[in-house]
Amino acid sequence: MIEIVAERFNYAVIIILMMVGLYAVIATGNLIKRLVGLSIFQTSVFLLYISIAKVFGGVPPIFDYKELVGYKIDPEVVYSNPLPHVLILTAIVVGVATLAVGLALVVRIREAYGAIEDHAIAEADYAFELEKGF
Amino acid sequence: MTVGQWLPTALAAHAPVLLVAVPLILSTPAAILRTGRAGWAIALSGALLALLCAVELFLATRADGAVISYALGGWPPPFGIEFRVDGLNAALLLLLTGAAVLALIFARPSVENEINADKRSLFYSAFLVSLSGLAGVAITGDAFNLFVFLEISSIPTYALIAMGANRDRRALTSAFNYLVMGAIGATFFVIGVGFLYMATGTLNMADLARLLVDMDGDRVVRMGFAFILVGLGLKAALFPLHLWLPGAYAYAPSFVTVFLATTATKVAFYVIIRFSFDVFAIDSGFVVNALTYVVTPLAIAGMIVASAQALFQTDVRRLLAYSSVAQAGYMMLGLGMGSQAGVSAGVLHLINHALMKGVLFMALGAFAISYGVRRIENCKGLGMMMPMTASAFTLGALSLIGVPFTVGFISKFYLIQAALAQGWIFAVAAILISSVLAVFYCYRILVNLWVTPIPEGRRDLAQPTPYLILVPLVGLALANLVFGVHAAPLVDIAETAAAAAINAGTGS
Repeated sequence: MIEIVAERFNYAVIIILMMVGLYAVIATGNLIKRLVGLSIFQTSVFLLYISIAKVFGGVPPIFDYKELVGYKIDPEVVYSNPLPHVLILTAIVVGVATLAVGLALVVRIREAYGAIEDHAIAEADYAFELEKGF
Repeated sequence: MTVGQWLPTALAAHAPVLLVAVPLILSTPAAILRTGRAGWAIALSGALLALLCAVELFLATRADGAVISYALGGWPPPFGIEFRVDGLNAALLLLLTGAAVLALIFARPSVENEINADKRSLFYSAFLVSLSGLAGVAITGDAFNLFVFLEISSIPTYALIAMGANRDRRALTSAFNYLVMGAIGATFFVIGVGFLYMATGTLNMADLARLLVDMDGDRVVRMGFAFILVGLGLKAALFPLHLWLPGAYAYAPSFVTVFLATTATKVAFYVIIRFSFDVFAIDSGFVVNALTYVVTPLAIAGMIVASAQALFQTDVRRLLAYSSVAQAGYMMLGLGMGSQAGVSAGVLHLINHALMKGVLFMALGAFAISYGVRRIENCKGLGMMMPMTASAFTLGALSLIGVPFTVGFISKFYLIQAALAQGWIFAVAAILISSVLAVFYCYRILVNLWVTPIPEGRRDLAQPTPYLILVPLVGLALANLVFGVHAAPLVDIAETAAAAAINAGTGS
């Protein structure tokens, strides 16, 4: 059992982070904490991609220009996979943009309701509905 | 590359990328010019250019099995990013850009009524980014690129929904809920794509389809499919994952609701079709099992529960939003059948639902401009005050119920036919029960519109509906009738789309 986990240590960490993030999104009533959970969840996916790019014994896929032009790349050398890193750079940008829009919305919610807790917002909405009459 | 049929050849050759790039590039000048009118003009021209490209692509893919492949930056497909257009997404692109143009015509009076003057050009700019993202989702042939476009379309959408806060602060919390759920959905999709990449080492959808044929029993691939289905289900508001939708539709500005209801969930739904039938082969056991034992029961539950929830709403737009969730159930049911007839019925309902919800939400937008109507009891007597708008609304409602000679009838007819061919009597029963519920919730609005007398004092407020709203509204309402009587063109499009979705996966 220990061996199985130890061999897949990276995946164990990723799964724990994923669950922590998802749990935080669902369980908390505080909008900021919910965004924090969302960020942890997204970061765990970044780690998933990064860890699958690792090839054991692989070297960074950086070529000398002369070798590349002359097609003298040694077929014996094992390279790591650079593609997931590129993908995750894009995904990080997307995550930052989502977080920024989310935080901006929380600021607006706080201005409009004076609260960033779910139950307080729900109570304010309920009171508003009662005032207008259903 | 097919030679251009009506655009100049040089443009036609680059139509796939122009369709996405033009709205994206035009969003910058729309944001810089700080007048609403200029922003609107730029947005409309961007949407019109995108529509031109979509028509070109649509015509070029009419031939059986015609596929347009566009290698971005000249990097050939499995290595570079590919834009790939076939019968399925050509139809979707036409629907998307057509709906965007009509919604934009509707937008000018509506946005001037609902959005502050200094925010209008930014509003149109965000809309253009969102349109570009949706077009990108529909056109791309690369699984990771699809995620990026999904988020490009979603992030401005959160901002657009939050712009409804001028009238109702609940728009903010709705937008926040949508953001959290949308981000979780997109992340689930990325996890799924990651699993597929682990198993196959490729991100190109056509290449994935080729490699996945031999990987039927692979557990990593199955997990990938599960994550992708749930993630896109969140974006498409499938029944138990729909909680963001009613709030977002009810409190967003009218124009945003029209645009979202006709396009955003439809695009997510297209991606589900693309992945279930094209990328994963439908004849592999786990896809069929997932569709039959997971998607179909949820679709049926959604059709009935969401329709029942719609019965108890007081806010007109909230009512129609729940009805949208129920209608998404119809589309999922067609998909759940896993047969070509079922997918074809699902795609047909997708197009038709865009037509009817476009009319309904536009008419509500017109009511909101003239009288600020949001609730059902406030609709009293509007039939006499705004006969054209109310008539269009009525046509849309009849189409939603599925009265003969409207498009709603056509798609329900094909759906029932496909269910009977499958021997699924329970599905037929569910369609009929949901339609009866639709009669009741539409009845509640229509009675208030036409039967109850005009309340005192309302007559003085009478305002004519602006022409810019009437033109797209009446056009869409007539389309509901015309395609309801003369259904052949839409049925043909849906059948080509279904054939492209199912045969592309096994054929290539």
